[in-house]
Amino acid sequence: MGIVSGMKVLAAMSGGVDSAVAAARAVDAGHDVTGVHLALSRSPASDRGGSRGCCTLEDARDARRAADVLGIPFYVWDLADRFEAEVIDQFVADYAAGRTPNPCVQCNERIKFSAVLDKALALGFDAVVTGHHARLDPDGTLRRSVDLAKDQSYVLGTLRPDQLAAARFPLGDSTKAQVREEAARRGLGVADKPDSHDICFVAAGDTGAWLRDRLGPRPGPIVDSETGETLGEHDGAYAFTVGQRRGLRLGHPAPDGRPRYVLEVSPVTSTVTVGPARALDMRSLVAERIVWPHEGPVSCVAQVRAHGGVVPAVVRARGEELDVQLVEPVRGTAAGQAVVFYDGDRVLGGGRIRSLAA
Amino acid sequence: MTYLDHAATTPMRPEAVEAFTAALTGARNASSLHAGGRRARRLVEESRESLAEVLGARPSDVIFTGGGTESDNLAVKGLFWSRRAADPQRRRVLVSAVEHPAVLDTASWLAGQQGAVLEKIPVDGTGLVHPEALRAAVQADPSSVALISVMWANSEVGTIQPVAELASIAHNYGIPFHTDAVQAFGQVETSFAASAADALTISAHKIGGPVGVGALLLRRGLELEPHLHGGGQERDVRSGTLNTPGVAAFAAAARVATAELPAERLRLTDLRDDLVRRVLAEVPGAVLNGAPSGAGRLPGNAHLTFPGCEGDSLLMLLDAHGVECSTGSACSAGIARPSHVLLAMGVEEAHARGSLRFSLGHGSVAADVDALVAVIGQVVERAGRAGELAGLTSRI
Repeated sequence: MGIVSGMKVLAAMSGGVDSAVAAARAVDAGHDVTGVHLALSRSPASDRGGSRGCCTLEDARDARRAADVLGIPFYVWDLADRFEAEVIDQFVADYAAGRTPNPCVQCNERIKFSAVLDKALALGFDAVVTGHHARLDPDGTLRRSVDLAKDQSYVLGTLRPDQLAAARFPLGDSTKAQVREEAARRGLGVADKPDSHDICFVAAGDTGAWLRDRLGPRPGPIVDSETGETLGEHDGAYAFTVGQRRGLRLGHPAPDGRPRYVLEVSPVTSTVTVGPARALDMRSLVAERIVWPHEGPVSCVAQVRAHGGVVPAVVRARGEELDVQLVEPVRGTAAGQAVVFYDGDRVLGGGRIRSLAA
Repeated sequence: MTYLDHAATTPMRPEAVEAFTAALTGARNASSLHAGGRRARRLVEESRESLAEVLGARPSDVIFTGGGTESDNLAVKGLFWSRRAADPQRRRVLVSAVEHPAVLDTASWLAGQQGAVLEKIPVDGTGLVHPEALRAAVQADPSSVALISVMWANSEVGTIQPVAELASIAHNYGIPFHTDAVQAFGQVETSFAASAADALTISAHKIGGPVGVGALLLRRGLELEPHLHGGGQERDVRSGTLNTPGVAAFAAAARVATAELPAERLRLTDLRDDLVRRVLAEVPGAVLNGAPSGAGRLPGNAHLTFPGCEGDSLLMLLDAHGVECSTGSACSAGIARPSHVLLAMGVEEAHARGSLRFSLGHGSVAADVDALVAVIGQVVERAGRAGELAGLTSRI
């Protein structure tokens, strides 16, 4: 994992099993480890509801218990204001602009490997350890976890080399099952804690309702892409995601009798455009906010969502953007999502999808 | 290890440990009628007399509770309920803006759930409640005030309030006056009679007794609605089997703390003044919060702002050097929020975040101050670098 023994490292501890074992391995490697739990919510719930697993007082207590078991100092860092400004407000703004953001990518870029990392370095730490499932070679190359089902290289794929230089991911060579087993062996009470899946700040996992609370009703038409006909009304375009099929509540069937999908969300005109599945196929995209240390066209594979396959792609840098030709089309991908490029299990770089074309 | 957090809790005194462990052996229920029960009752009553004596109170004033928070809740809620029951107009609860959460949150709860009107009495830049401010608040409509609560000494910045004067304002209008003396008791002379307070909160573990035991001194004849119903063990105001070992240890700690107080007060004042002087010499931009050294400040309290730093960074770095202190206000998740006390004193939020409380107590020695002074300069410098990233402007 590329840690020189005897460094001062800060272990970000969410209260979950992964970060607890990551911290434990850093201790075993002979480092001076300090645990920190990031308080990201301004008004944390006192206990967990549903599958959330990082942002409640109960999670903070779990992290503290794990630190006690490891015998390392433990503190809580209050980053609620930064998280609100850099992640939550951006999340809302993205949806309001018709994009589909990935807040985990944003949190990694702006909170964990920016605000936390910078503070840690300023306070005299050499590195920040997290429980992400990804591998980081000594030369700074980011690679997929050996556990492909749990691989998180996608949400780390837009980190800059200087951010990765001070990051350590001790779990990349282990499967999740091995991590849980190790946690149990070490007497870490979080061994059986369920994985977190939902967006941590959206209660009950209902993003549409959460956005409605924030943005209020913005009614508009649902329009057929082929006939231009208005098929129905909606309360707010932000509640729709490209590729979505359910919840459209359209009055009458499409001419071809096939299901219709959301093709486009236009917040400016409050219009949701729907059409057939084949119209979702995208063969090229432009990425912005890129990390791309390569020249000339690069043939590789592209991943456009956290849990999804890859498609062959050819990537060309053009100024601050990337032109990406997809050899096979991707379906149901929206602007705002991260795109990460791989050569085998090696991350080449990535960015944010600005636009897509058929 | 350098312990500079005595205001959070102070080590149990040997006399208290001895009384505690002695009472644990062969413990009986102090309400039982047999010989063992009578022995336990005698211990409780002797402890009550002993506490009353050092506090200038009558034994029958003393109601044992589970700690300072319970005593504050009992006083504020109990007085509000009984006063309002006697006259529905009495809905105003006047408390200082710098109260401990055990008073402030209780009063907020009464306002949110029980129809109370919470009014916070402002403080000046040193954290002091001016009698005129309280008088003005009362005079706006004296008949609508249910109770007044102002702490004897502030838990964060150590400012001592003019309790007797404030109580006399309350009494001019026939309003009951409660004071939270958790931090004052054992550090400065605290006489229930001289203060003229109607109710007074104390806690054992702040004076070298065990955690989980405290008392509310409550003037006889004052109506107070109970919270815990049951056996009515404590004057029918508080039910629950008496914590005989805790009560015995509380009284033992109080006796020792009171006997040592005159000398300790001078010794801790000198030690604290030395701490402040030397920290300010190491960190010239630091600012002492609260009242100047003297009769207006708890002898063991030093509360300092380090501009440009975040308190949690300072605390973490000092902890790594074996120096234990506090940011003054911690919530249950361990998050350091800007202190409501400092904000009420007019300190701006960024400065409030960069503050530490160093508190001395029995057992504190010059070497503790030396240990802090040896590292504070480098700690502040490093925390200042982290503070710059957080957008705090360093003025050091």
